[in-house]
Amino acid sequence: MTNQIEQIQVTTTVNGEKVTALVEPRTNLVDFLRNQMELTGTHVGCEHGVCGACTVRIDGEIVRGCLMLAIQADGLEVVTIEGSDDSGEIADLQKAFHERNALQCGFCTPGMLMAITEMLEKNPDPSRQEIREYLSGNYCRCTGYEAIVDAIETVANTRKGA
Amino acid sequence: MKSLKWLLNEKKIREVQLKPSAFNYAKPSSVDEVLGLLSEYGDEATILAGGQSLMPTLNMRLSAPALVIDINGLSDLSGISVDGENLRVDGENLRIGALTRHTEIENSPGIAEHAPLISMAMPYIAHPAIRNRGTFGGSIAMADPAAELPACLCALDGEVEVTGKSGARKVAAKDFFKDLYETDMAEGEILTAVEIPKLGAGYRSAFDELARRHGDYAMAGVAAHAKVDGGKISDLRLVFFAVGSTPVTAKKAMNAMEGQSVDDASIAAAQNALEQDLSPFGDLHSSAALKMHYAKELTKRVLTTLSGG
Ligand SMILES: Cc1cc2nc3c(=O)[nH]c(=O)nc-3n(C[C@H](O)[C@H](O)[C@H](O)COP(=O)(O)OP(=O)(O)OC[C@H]3O[C@@H](n4cnc5c(N)ncnc54)[C@H](O)[C@@H]3O)c2cc1C
Ligand code: FES
Ligand code: FES
Repeated sequence: MTNQIEQIQVTTTVNGEKVTALVEPRTNLVDFLRNQMELTGTHVGCEHGVCGACTVRIDGEIVRGCLMLAIQADGLEVVTIEGSDDSGEIADLQKAFHERNALQCGFCTPGMLMAITEMLEKNPDPSRQEIREYLSGNYCRCTGYEAIVDAIETVANTRKGA
Repeated sequence: MKSLKWLLNEKKIREVQLKPSAFNYAKPSSVDEVLGLLSEYGDEATILAGGQSLMPTLNMRLSAPALVIDINGLSDLSGISVDGENLRVDGENLRIGALTRHTEIENSPGIAEHAPLISMAMPYIAHPAIRNRGTFGGSIAMADPAAELPACLCALDGEVEVTGKSGARKVAAKDFFKDLYETDMAEGEILTAVEIPKLGAGYRSAFDELARRHGDYAMAGVAAHAKVDGGKISDLRLVFFAVGSTPVTAKKAMNAMEGQSVDDASIAAAQNALEQDLSPFGDLHSSAALKMHYAKELTKRVLTTLSGG
């Protein structure tokens, strides 16, 4: 059907910076971040909620960037992997991932790190089983997960000791 | 060669990358406004709650509405209340606003106390990022045959509140789920809340499901609720999901357990009765026979849990 679609103004905070942009209602949050904001650290895999590559944080909670419209971020605070990296809050996780070979191609890594950040905030001392359950929605086609769980365990233990 | 940045900024390419077909967007702030838009647009409009089931269908263009009505601005549909304003008459119900997110329910001490079955089911629903957005009302409205919450609502004799032009009406859960993805809601109505009777004295719940991976939709699952007194089971509810087009209440198996204690003989009787209660159809992952096998195993597990074993 013919349908006059208007672009809508969205004002959101992305990685601490206030952004105002015009978007088509159908624009997914992850496409907005990658194409309009040029923040390509957030990846796009399945585009229907299954793989977790597009994980970002909205007002502190992890969400699927492919299952939210950009306009729904109006008035909310978005943090992407670029923001988490800049703030240094995940430096120890990144180091542990590197040292333990918890990434190979790296496609899943940004989404993994976003999900792990939320998990460790909620549960600073997760068991291996709890880690696996929390990350059940983040697919990795390379590592076989074992190294990822190891890296997280290491960080959790170090943070506890700190 | 042009740089990648040039490519990304090229408008034409950006448009190609938009997945859903074009739609208009409205974010009303009252139920009346939603109802007005629904009557204006009819089946050209779609309600967007958590978006965790709707967005995939838009991304894949399985649906192409002219108008998406985002109900996330309706604050009166959020949150959980016990004996809320409109419940003064009976005061025995837990009221869950349609927009209450899965995560909020998962973490709610009130739900854990008054409707423990719902708390038990929550971790099985998808993954944390999806539970942060997905809503209770969305799961009930969606009526996915493999979803946990419709079965739980049936097992707890819950009610669904549906609001339309002529006001709100309540439908018993057992009458709400009509067929595959089909509910008692008519065009122009929205789901506003769910009501669940508070846990009665002596009642217990148990929940279990089998899925290929944690968080996946179940291959088979069951919600159980019963009164347990001196090890004897009465008023049992066994409601299965992912074994039919709607939640399936296993009446024969329930009757077989009435007044019984849970032991090998009563479990076997309940399992046999399931043959008459369920007629599962096979899907991608499991044949009908395998689903029946799962259902029997799950029955054993939940009965054992109910009896405290
Ligand atoms: C990878 C993945 C795995 C999942 N696994 C599971 C699982 O294991 N178990 C499970 O139960 N769910 C699962 N889900 C679905 C998830 O629980 C959804 O949140 C839920 O099914 C729908 O809720 P929603 O709020 O997201 O609804 P939406 O996606 O916004 O809406 C779903 C449908 O219901 C309609 N609707 C929503 N709210 C209302 C309302 N108040 N009144 C009238 N109509 C309404 C919409 O128009 C739409 O047709 C999964 C989703 C994904 C992406
Ligand atoms: S791209 Fe969003 S979950 Fe796969
Ligand atoms: S490192 Fe390649 S997908 Fe995880």
